[in-house]
Amino acid sequence: MEAKREVLRMENIVKVYSNGVMANKGINFSINAGEIHALSGENGAGKSTLMKIIFGEEQPTSGDIYINGQKTVITSPQLAIKLGIGMVHQHFMLVSSMTVAENVILGVEPTKGILINMKHAIKQVEEIAEKYNMNINPKMKVEDLTVGQKQKVEILKALFRGAKILILDEPTAVLTPQETTELFEELKRLRDSGYTIIFISHKLNEVKELCNRITIIRHGKSMGVYDVKTVTEQDISNLMVGRDVILNIEKSAPKIGKTTIRVSDLTIIGENGKHCINRLSFSLREGEILGIAGVEGNGQLELVEALTGLRKYNAGSIEICGKEISQCNVKDIRKLAVSHIPEDRMTTGAAPSLSITENMLSDKISSNSFSKHGIINKRAIKQYGIDMVKQYQILCKNPDVSIDSLSGGNIQKAVLARELSNNPKIIIADQPTRGVDVGATEFIHKRLINMRDNKKSVLLISSDLNEVLGLSDSIIVMHEGRIAAYFPDAAKITELQLGGYMLGIEKQSEEEIKEVRHGQ
Amino acid sequence: MDSNKRIRIIVDITKLIITILVSCGLVTLIVLVTSSDPVNAFSSFFLGPFTSVRRIGNIVEAASPLMFTALAVIMIFSAGQFSMISEGAFFIGTLGAMMIATSVPLPAGIHPIVAILVAGAMGAAVALIPAVLKMKWQVSEVVTSLMLNYVVQFFAIYMVSYHFREISSSSLASIEFKDTSILPVIIRGTRIHLGIVLGVILCIITYFLLYRTTFGMKLRTVGNNAKFAHYSGIKVTGIMVISQVIAGALAGMGGGAEILGMYNRFKWTTSPGYGWSGIVVALLARDNPLMVPLAALFMGYLNVGANIMARNSDVSSEVVQIIQGVMILMIAAEALLKKWKQKMIVKAAKSEAGMKGDVIND
Repeated sequence: MEAKREVLRMENIVKVYSNGVMANKGINFSINAGEIHALSGENGAGKSTLMKIIFGEEQPTSGDIYINGQKTVITSPQLAIKLGIGMVHQHFMLVSSMTVAENVILGVEPTKGILINMKHAIKQVEEIAEKYNMNINPKMKVEDLTVGQKQKVEILKALFRGAKILILDEPTAVLTPQETTELFEELKRLRDSGYTIIFISHKLNEVKELCNRITIIRHGKSMGVYDVKTVTEQDISNLMVGRDVILNIEKSAPKIGKTTIRVSDLTIIGENGKHCINRLSFSLREGEILGIAGVEGNGQLELVEALTGLRKYNAGSIEICGKEISQCNVKDIRKLAVSHIPEDRMTTGAAPSLSITENMLSDKISSNSFSKHGIINKRAIKQYGIDMVKQYQILCKNPDVSIDSLSGGNIQKAVLARELSNNPKIIIADQPTRGVDVGATEFIHKRLINMRDNKKSVLLISSDLNEVLGLSDSIIVMHEGRIAAYFPDAAKITELQLGGYMLGIEKQSEEEIKEVRHGQ
Repeated sequence: MDSNKRIRIIVDITKLIITILVSCGLVTLIVLVTSSDPVNAFSSFFLGPFTSVRRIGNIVEAASPLMFTALAVIMIFSAGQFSMISEGAFFIGTLGAMMIATSVPLPAGIHPIVAILVAGAMGAAVALIPAVLKMKWQVSEVVTSLMLNYVVQFFAIYMVSYHFREISSSSLASIEFKDTSILPVIIRGTRIHLGIVLGVILCIITYFLLYRTTFGMKLRTVGNNAKFAHYSGIKVTGIMVISQVIAGALAGMGGGAEILGMYNRFKWTTSPGYGWSGIVVALLARDNPLMVPLAALFMGYLNVGANIMARNSDVSSEVVQIIQGVMILMIAAEALLKKWKQKMIVKAAKSEAGMKGDVIND
């Protein structure tokens, strides 16, 4: 190994946000040239904040940053880029109507007089892509790319701007196993060419596979730097949460009851005329967790929206507890005891400046226990807030603070409290643990299994294959709006098998898929 | 109380004080620059409103219409809408009350009540137009309400000029209101009328509606995140429309109360602009209906001061418009005092972290 040269060091970083949240409490962090350095920690531990500070998006309240030994104040992302720092955000920052090359050169266009020298740009992009073996056509429009390819564009963008330090924020969250493997190869190649990579991830197996060293953050403080080879996944997990977490999900055999949701030949046509859902049929039964695996954008979102009344469907039928719901609105469906944990808790699942209590009540304020003749019962509401915060272990000063002062995991627990306290028959859980820390994930999993054990039906949509495999009793794989595979027993399959069906490489026979309708 | 809340209140109050001080400073500056007798102008502006019972009464009278329009603005803003219709709704309310007061014979006591209810209904009807246009065709309520305000203003003046005009008068004025329709004065020596009581009651009712009813909670949920409200099973468009209708009714009743309390004829040739001042009052009151009377009184004080100054000195009353503009800017300026606020938050967070330090290090 080459000499360990420190390229970036952060000392005693403290960050207090304007809502009073102290995200970093004196973190020390340092990385060497030519390493892949993992940054792990629970959500709300302060990782994202630390990275935003490196990239100049946030200013530290106190503390120093040294780049190549030189004390630096990074006032803006522009300056960070100039200093050779590049960031690949979890949510891509690309203009989808432009080509790959246009996106890469955006803001740093090579010019010829007053015109953009497109030919030169395309050539440059091709060269970089080839150099690092990233197979991508610079003339393609970004909207036509897969998620994995879009990520490559983001990496190219950073490289094109001369980044020497690359920050990747949970890059594998949206990738299939095959795409992840490809990404890892590219990252290793970049490392070997002298680039330094900061890899933020919750996925400990990935950290083990890819990274050289790891910094673990808990509650805004660094828990130490370790050589990845010398620590086990269990060690890392323990350091992250400060206690033993059961990584394997434990559950008993399911006791299946009668059908609660029956979807027959459901068809949904999107705004662009594309069939988002194409003659989809399945049924969900009491006492089972049915997992839906699939690469995002294969109809899962539309299916969830149709099931919860947020979207109308074009053909086919959905019966919930025997009632056809094509004429039902959201409220009617909620009355059928359907709970919905939405994919995006901040845009759909919460009203950010209302209090935690108000957020947990939004769907049931008109019920008799909280109001009479339209006038709210303050005492009952206050008590409900206190009870829920306790029962769902929501960490907060009190239930009356606005919900946006909480960390992601705690907001998700509040969403869970709202949705599960209705005594639902059916729970539609869309990415229930996305961006949520290990502790909260475990809590949410236990709650869902508990629901299933109490004869509730759970429909789990998740892009985390570990979660789908671990939690589900049976699994559907969705591909291009259809069911590509159905596995009646989730215990009998592996991630890699699922991957093949998710990418559309494999497809089960009609007979096998028909099983999912359970003879109807 | 939790420290964030305390800090927010301290900062808000300080901001308000600074806003008022800057406004006053600005008046001083304008007066010093333009007046040949600044001392007289100052005392007229700042002290003038308190020199007689009648003038103190004037403050309250000036505050009265602003309470109604401010409540309307709060209703609309709380639902996350930006309709500017309170201006038009107020003016159509004056027209509605005028029509009942001049043309419908009713016994005393009942007459003003009917007139104000009609005024409210007409205000609600006007406010319904931009709301429905948005619900049906996603037309921006900002644009439609602003345009509609002109339509309403000219419609009202047309109605007065062609159907209710006092022929014998040389300037534009409606025929005289019937005696039975006039709102009684409640404090002798002033023109403080029953309308102000209605205003205060409506402040309390609006507060109750927003913070103590299921409708209010749904409304605030819609205002905060409409997508979330929809997901929760709340009928979002319905709430948006109802909030604007209620706002229109509030502003319309304000128009009715104002014209029946202060005048015996409809004499405006252009809208008095209480709808706009209502926005300032709503901002000053931090969207809290219970704070509206205070904020309205403050605006009333400024208006009365400016009028007295205009009469007694060589500075014109338009100064108040400048003050209003500055106040809107300062209240809307998020960055004002931000650094100071951040410092306090940092301190509080650090001391809390210090207290819990052992737990964190565990």
